Amino acid sequence: MTAAAADPMVPVPFRIHKIRRELPDTVTMEIAPCSPAPFTFAAGQFNMLTAFGVGEIPISISGDPGDGTKVVHTTRAVGAVSRALDRLTVGQVVGVRGPFGTPWPVEDAFGHDLMLVAGGVGLAPLRPALYHALAERRRFSRVIVLYGARTPKDMLFRREIERWRGRFDLDVDVTVDRADPSWQGNVGVVTKLISRARFDPYATMAFVCGPEIMMRHVATALAGHGIAEDRIHLSMERNMKCGCGLCGHCQWGPHFVCKDGPVFRYDRIRPLLSIREI
Amino acid sequence: MLDGPLSDGATHALEPRDLDRLIAALRGRGYRVIGPRLGEDAVVYDDIAGTADLPAGWGDEQEGGFYRLRRRDDGALFGYTLAPQSWKRVLHPPRQRIFALSTGAEEVEMAPADPPDAPMALIGVRACELAAIDIQAEVFAEIDPGYVRRRESSLVVAVECAESAATCFCASRGDGPAVTGGFDIRLVEVVRDGRHLFLARVGSVVGADILAGLTCPEADPADLAFAADRLGRVAASQTRALDDSAGRKLGDFALHARWDEVAGRCLACGNCTMVCPTCFCTSVEDTTDLAGTRVERWRHWDSCFTLDFSYLHGGAVRPGAASRYRQWITHKLATWHDQFGRSGCVGCGRCITWCPVGIDITEEVRAIVPDENER
Amino acid sequence: MVAQHDLGPVIDDHPFFRGIDGKLRALLVGCAANERFDAGAFLTREGEPANKFYLIRAGQVAVEIDAPGRRPIIIETLGEGDVTGWSWIVEPYRSTFDVRATSLVRVISFDGKCLRGKMDTDPALGYEVMQRFVRMMAHRLAGARLQLLDLYGPHPGAGRREREA
Repeated sequence: MTAAAADPMVPVPFRIHKIRRELPDTVTMEIAPCSPAPFTFAAGQFNMLTAFGVGEIPISISGDPGDGTKVVHTTRAVGAVSRALDRLTVGQVVGVRGPFGTPWPVEDAFGHDLMLVAGGVGLAPLRPALYHALAERRRFSRVIVLYGARTPKDMLFRREIERWRGRFDLDVDVTVDRADPSWQGNVGVVTKLISRARFDPYATMAFVCGPEIMMRHVATALAGHGIAEDRIHLSMERNMKCGCGLCGHCQWGPHFVCKDGPVFRYDRIRPLLSIREI
Repeated sequence: MLDGPLSDGATHALEPRDLDRLIAALRGRGYRVIGPRLGEDAVVYDDIAGTADLPAGWGDEQEGGFYRLRRRDDGALFGYTLAPQSWKRVLHPPRQRIFALSTGAEEVEMAPADPPDAPMALIGVRACELAAIDIQAEVFAEIDPGYVRRRESSLVVAVECAESAATCFCASRGDGPAVTGGFDIRLVEVVRDGRHLFLARVGSVVGADILAGLTCPEADPADLAFAADRLGRVAASQTRALDDSAGRKLGDFALHARWDEVAGRCLACGNCTMVCPTCFCTSVEDTTDLAGTRVERWRHWDSCFTLDFSYLHGGAVRPGAASRYRQWITHKLATWHDQFGRSGCVGCGRCITWCPVGIDITEEVRAIVPDENER
Repeated sequence: MVAQHDLGPVIDDHPFFRGIDGKLRALLVGCAANERFDAGAFLTREGEPANKFYLIRAGQVAVEIDAPGRRPIIIETLGEGDVTGWSWIVEPYRSTFDVRATSLVRVISFDGKCLRGKMDTDPALGYEVMQRFVRMMAHRLAGARLQLLDLYGPHPGAGRREREA
């Protein structure tokens, strides 16, 4: 008989140390284990977060993978659990299981251009990849961030985006779906930013995160600009209840999105993207 | 238990009273003994105290959407084919508590984990069911310590089938009817010439130890020959078949018109997933007491046929019965290979029997995947 | 001001006509002019005759629609490498939206009537120009459809990363 392994379904209590409201329905919280324990993750992974007594949901980690002192999550209040998380205050406790899932292959882009394409709150799961890239900035040629938001007011991490725009070693371009004339920036779909970006399609790794429709069109556009399909990565989303391939809910063709993803290579999933209700 | 293979030993002949002694010995060793008995107009697997609890003289008839107990003209204890409930019920219980805790305003105290249950002795496990247990053990390895513990502490007394139901197709899957491994003790029931015997072989050290304690005589070679001959006839009598290579191709037919046709019959009731011995999907649910300070999380069986199963903020990814049936059968027969290295179907036929409208998995595959031999 | 005969290389460099056959490009040059607009100036106004279209060489324009009682809505912004205006080729040749320069804008403008005439008499030119406009319009339409979906909005099925049941 083998020794009983730790049950991956049992959460660990983490305390909330800091909360920052990003948007009316979106908050970022910094948490750390109640009993000190190391927590390491790779950009693109997610945790299962429990609001005790309400339930548990998968939330991607939005902080710096190089910072071992805290775990950062950005949540948008849309359902019972995320609304409960939204109401929590500093000092309260959440349950954490994780990290789960495949990471963005940041280091595979060493020596190449790295392009991050985000839509809406899809910027949150991509931010750790950018932190990772900036920590090793000299290993890349260009680092490009393309971001599409609903309106200027709905931009996530806006002040940070403005800081990134001010850097000489980052190409940041932003577009919104709708704006009034007080907005000096771009209006239009995020795919338009790709045509304007400067990158070497033969030596670019692209990471895409946003609503699935947006990712499908962005991936098509990236491939149309000459980036090989095996150098495009998407972060997929399905109903995830366990995080470890146990519950079966997130199945998508042969994949468990929770453990075979959420980050997938485009060439491996392209056929599935066009099948309805798969 | 499965503490390693044994060299081929002799086959012993047990009489019904020896089987009683076997059950008593298992109970004496601290096992919770679970086996077949009658309940709710069917054979169910439940706690048994001795052979008196077994469904003596009962068999069954099965067809698509049809199950009836029927009287046998002999007193066979294992004369039924397959019960609706599989061993999944005891090894992967329908409801399990994951944790309990108490919460204050700023504190959370986890209650200690439940102590493990007593080890179980499973009596009457058929070949296809052993294959199904192996499949679930592969699914749950490393991620469900509870399953691993229950499986590893269980003792398996397998019983080889003496007949096939009309819905059986284990022979075409390579998962039966012969019991070839994965057991502690294997029994073959023989009722003939006024004698009632169980030809017993051991498959583990524990099994050997228990059987040695019964000091039964070696089996008559004529009975062994009879059993071997009968096993061949059990396999040959199966009229249904499901070709593994055809099932594997289902993923290539995601847009086939048959999915809409089968959706016209499928009630999306999920019976097939409940009776399937390998279906493993679960969901979790949090509960609190009225004060909100005592919190529990329960894991319970779920089915890919429910609308909520694929829920993604705002709606189901698979709203139609066509896509849900497609998900179930494609996972079972095709993508299971990608995930776990073999198909998730052992040919037990329960999904056919217990489908209220008799949808037949073997027929659906034939309707969707062209037969290579006919092209 | 660049003389008209110098516009050929500029047209060649612009993505919209990149790779066009030299003979056809020579026909284009005859209808082309260099123009600039200060920030705030309008290139076209909704309802006015659409006499021209513009290849943007530098700067940004906003395609806008005015709404009484509220600020105009920017439907799309266009910049270097883009083309603006297709009403010159669609009867009754009137602009559908306002196009306003949001910065100093330098363009090559094309006289629509001049070019239509040449396209009528030279179907090879007509096909070439139409092909490029249809490609651009298809991209714009696809983009407009995605914008319509309000993909990043809060309503069900549009959000992201809130994988909650």
